[in-house]
Amino acid sequence: MDAPSAAGLGGADPQLQRFIEVETQKQRFQQLVHQMTELCWEKCMDKPGPKLDSRAETCFVNCVERFIDTSQFILNRLEQTQKSKSAFSESLSD
Amino acid sequence: MESGFGSDFGGGGGGKLDPGVIMEQVKVQIAVANAQELLQRMTDKCFRKCIGKPGGALDNSEQKCIAMCMDRYMDSWNTVSRAYNSRLQRERANM
Repeated sequence: MDAPSAAGLGGADPQLQRFIEVETQKQRFQQLVHQMTELCWEKCMDKPGPKLDSRAETCFVNCVERFIDTSQFILNRLEQTQKSKSAFSESLSD
Repeated sequence: MESGFGSDFGGGGGGKLDPGVIMEQVKVQIAVANAQELLQRMTDKCFRKCIGKPGGALDNSEQKCIAMCMDRYMDSWNTVSRAYNSRLQRERANM
């Protein structure tokens, strides 16, 4: 917990540092919720009715899950292609 | 422990800033930023859903639509927040 942080607050109060870490984390979460709500609204919301029906609710949950899957898939695939690329160029230079 | 944070921000005078005060201010600013973000996206979405052809005034049915749209947008926000949170919990449990 007292590990030096990369936040550039070398001399700052550890309590304040911890606070900033927690708030940054929370803010990342909120930001992604804003983004996914907007995205999934386009996919799942037909005409806003008097309540959120269960079909739309399921759609929103699936939308969130698949969005995260997509993000992880892309990350993994980029990592894979980077790896095979560098392995390839290493074997070339051997 | 009470190293230069206060003096860095206080611009001299030797007055130390209370970390508690800073934290409160940061919290308020974050809350305001989040409210603005929500307001902006909600306005955009509900304008698209409810205003077909902008007329001379917001008519009654448009106002009803916007009110409903706002409520559903909040529901959606909360559903997404819950779904994301439970996904994070699951991934943490699987680590």
